[in-house]
Amino acid sequence: METVPRPGRGVPPKKDKLQAKRKKPRRYWEEETAPAVAGASPGPPRKKKKKKNLEVRRQKQKNSHNSKKSRISKKSQFRKKSREQKKPGPQRTLSGAQDPFPGPAPVPLEVARKFRRIDKSKELPHSLPKTRSKLEVAEALEEEISVKAARSELLLAEEPGFLEGEDGEDTAKIRQADIVEAVDIASAAKHFDLNLRQFGPYRLNYSRTGRHLAFGGRRGHVAAFDWVTKKLMCEINVMEAVRDIRFLHSEALLAVAQNRWLHIYDNQGIELHCIRRCDRVTRLEFLPFHFLLATASETGFLTYLDVSVGKIVAALNIRAGRLNVMAQNPYNAVIHLGHSNGTVSLWSPSVQEPLAKILCHRGGIQAVAVDCTGTYMATSGLDHQLKVFDLRGTFQPLSARTLPQGAGHLAFSQRGLLAAGMGDVVNIWAGQGKASLPSLEQPYLTHRLAGPVHGLQFCPFEDVLGVGHSGGITSMLVPGASEPNFDGLESNPYRSRKQRQEWEVKALLEKVPAELICLNPRALAEVDVISLEQHKKERVERLGYDPEAKAPFQPKAKQKGRSSTGSLVKRKKKVLAQEHRDKVRQSLEEQQKQKQKQKAKPTGARPSALDRFVR
Amino acid sequence: MKVKMLSRNPDNYVRETKLDLQRVPRNYDPTLHPFEVSREYVRALNATKLERVFAKPFLASLDGHRDGVNCLAKHPKSLATVLSGACDGEVRIWNLTKRKCIRTIQAHEGFVRGICTRFCGTSFFTVGDDKTVKQWKMDAPGYGEEEEPLHTILGKTVYTGIDHHWKDPAFATCGQQVDIWDEQRTNPICSMTWGFDSINSVKFNPIETFLLGSCASDRNIVLYDMRQATPLKKVILDMRTNTICWNPMEAFIFTAANEDYNLYTFDMRALDTPVMVHMDHVSAVLDVDYCPTGKEFVSASFDKSIRIFPVDRSRSREVYHTKRMQHVICVRWTADSKYIMCGSDEMNIRLWKANASEKLGVLASRERAAQDYNQKLKEKFQHHPNIKRIARHRHLPKSIYSQIQEQRIMREARRRKELNRRKHSKPGSVPVVSERKKHVVAVVK
Repeated sequence: METVPRPGRGVPPKKDKLQAKRKKPRRYWEEETAPAVAGASPGPPRKKKKKKNLEVRRQKQKNSHNSKKSRISKKSQFRKKSREQKKPGPQRTLSGAQDPFPGPAPVPLEVARKFRRIDKSKELPHSLPKTRSKLEVAEALEEEISVKAARSELLLAEEPGFLEGEDGEDTAKIRQADIVEAVDIASAAKHFDLNLRQFGPYRLNYSRTGRHLAFGGRRGHVAAFDWVTKKLMCEINVMEAVRDIRFLHSEALLAVAQNRWLHIYDNQGIELHCIRRCDRVTRLEFLPFHFLLATASETGFLTYLDVSVGKIVAALNIRAGRLNVMAQNPYNAVIHLGHSNGTVSLWSPSVQEPLAKILCHRGGIQAVAVDCTGTYMATSGLDHQLKVFDLRGTFQPLSARTLPQGAGHLAFSQRGLLAAGMGDVVNIWAGQGKASLPSLEQPYLTHRLAGPVHGLQFCPFEDVLGVGHSGGITSMLVPGASEPNFDGLESNPYRSRKQRQEWEVKALLEKVPAELICLNPRALAEVDVISLEQHKKERVERLGYDPEAKAPFQPKAKQKGRSSTGSLVKRKKKVLAQEHRDKVRQSLEEQQKQKQKQKAKPTGARPSALDRFVR
Repeated sequence: MKVKMLSRNPDNYVRETKLDLQRVPRNYDPTLHPFEVSREYVRALNATKLERVFAKPFLASLDGHRDGVNCLAKHPKSLATVLSGACDGEVRIWNLTKRKCIRTIQAHEGFVRGICTRFCGTSFFTVGDDKTVKQWKMDAPGYGEEEEPLHTILGKTVYTGIDHHWKDPAFATCGQQVDIWDEQRTNPICSMTWGFDSINSVKFNPIETFLLGSCASDRNIVLYDMRQATPLKKVILDMRTNTICWNPMEAFIFTAANEDYNLYTFDMRALDTPVMVHMDHVSAVLDVDYCPTGKEFVSASFDKSIRIFPVDRSRSREVYHTKRMQHVICVRWTADSKYIMCGSDEMNIRLWKANASEKLGVLASRERAAQDYNQKLKEKFQHHPNIKRIARHRHLPKSIYSQIQEQRIMREARRRKELNRRKHSKPGSVPVVSERKKHVVAVVK
């Protein structure tokens, strides 16, 4: 498959492609007239007679057929060429119609890879021929689907935003006021400050559609509003310290972690529930597909509350003291907790022990954030370091940077921008493309606020970063932060009431059970080899023989006179010997491989300085 | 400084008037659709549960016969018409859409042993215990006319079954021997015998139309070619085969309903091992009929149930039973492959859906799409233990349930005994015989 290069970007395309592009696609009913017009026009086909345009080649053939017989001398050469070029050319049908765009539709490889679900590099599991053919068919289908999905990228309407400095200008020096001045009015209206000095530092949360914003101040001020139209939904004072605030699955429900207990309010500000099983909650996370509200408390418990039925699914004793750093991995719904000893632990409600523990910093962890592809985790610690970890199996740090002040809050945007709040400054780092590793050397944007940062979140589907601080709320413009094209069935910022209700029912119907949370969310689609082998073993034990074992070789009776008992035995022995030889060869090869592996590894547990003298 | 902010025009995302459809832009990027597998799994689980909730296969019961229904026949041209013969010699023609009997004929004295329609659908044949073969017109006699057969053939012996050729005006009957008749004559063109026992049923191959298969009381299945005077070959099984049915899509394949509770699918070319042994019934299998697609077949059993088997599976995918249904004598799959009819001892013909949870009637395109999607999901996750458990669960009457338990214990005991014998005898002297080979006694050519 080849990609159609975009005009005006990268390497200029080859001549022939350019020609094919410029040529207007011709309809079959224009067949008679079009060649004449093309012949008469002083367009590019005429200028270069020896160019490789297929259309014109056909014209020439036609002409030569009709009148020009003087070309006979050149004919042989001409024919050879035409045969060469005929292969990829458009095929003619009986009606004279021809495909103006022959061949399969071009699909950019990169894009198709994004949609690919099956890892082709992995070999198919050893299986019976019938199963194998089924697997092969499924793979081919998957491939086709990924290509089709990649083709549908053409239909996406919006382009992501960007911010570029003119020749060497540092984008970090661009102030918010400059951006507001440069962009259109609708975008400029997205930048605003709420001056709320009275009720202390604010935590904030955007709803999943990115349309609504809820914030809660330390001194009890809780409010929710549609931040695009600036329409207030509710504003109350709970007369208690508010530690964290979270929207539940839709904007109609709000969870507020108050000083004593966890409370749930509706969009009118009416208290619906007071959940006393979750006390002294410091941080909240909502897992939207599992309908689980994860709460981390001062008492050291991580509690999962199923908000669809109101039951506590799991209460895990973390045994690490007060918990006040929490993040969720949006890719696999695993909760990341940061601890005061510099480790980050990964939790799932079905397992009492952490899925993994990562030692990240020398001091305590201050903030954790995970990007939406589940590839990177950013952590900051009391050692003033900011590190980005790879979450795909190895948990190794990819990049690190010392900050003058440690980052107290971190947030990833949908397109992989990393924001960090340090004191009253917010820094944003960007990577090369979408969902790539943010390079920590040069910030993309910086902004100084009226007070120290207390909460940080990128707004989904809008180029906006919401910052809660002691002076109120600031909505920052960050061009290129978020996904430009939303999916209407998943989270639609423009959805109507009816659509929301419909979506809510569907989402509840396909609520993922909490037991399915694990590090690899695709594990459910893979073959469970271990239990398969266990089953097989049990079956063989039960039956007393292996029903799938290869039957011993039985020589077929040959023609008259050829199948004497002696020759039958000989044939049988021959096959047996061959099988035995194969087995021996295989085991030898395996032994050799193991030996090589042992050689490659040093024998000691720890490499010693004296190893270099070993011969 | 060059800057571009994401700024959407709401007009592109919101419908203009209330009469418009809502706009739903799609983006198939996997990062916007997390937990794809687990959500699909939950959807598949829901679809499987709904399938069981909506599984209401029983459609209608056609009552009117005054004795047990002994044979059924489909009309070759009309989906709504079905013919049935009872043990008191009465033949009835039914209209399935109205679910009413449209004609009643007192055809024979004693049982109606067999009934078959002519390929053109204008007439049908019946054989009975009164040693006659009768041909009847499909249309009812006009006003004032008497109900009379077109032809009547008086034979010397009792006929036990009949089947019509799929293209030619010829039919075959069985009894003491297999007779092949021309419609115009009163004597058979040829009669073929192999052994001395009576023959239960005879069936024409729908593809290789000259081929016939029959099964006899002396435990064998015999194949014939109409063009030859002698039978082709036969296979002898452990127990008697009640009837056979040819696969309408694969010319070589036929399935035999056996007395030993099993069904055997044979390849005609290699009769020494059946292609598949279908076991689930807990009593003798009395009748079998293929789906027109050739992918599945339905079997009727003495255990008061009917079961649907996929051709390539040894276990049934579905079992139908009702409290009132007694021993099921005959079963047919309708030509549109959507319904199943069965006639049973207690004088009723029952109509079932072939796919228990299928919604009947015209489907809206979105409904159809949702159904297809659910079907695919169920297929994709069918091996997950939770889904498998729900999809396989069937309520069974106590008699069948306890029989299954009992037979399982018996089978287990037999297996254990064999295992012990093998353990304590010379290696190789007690060979492992596969289930498929176990039941075939011999093949004779």
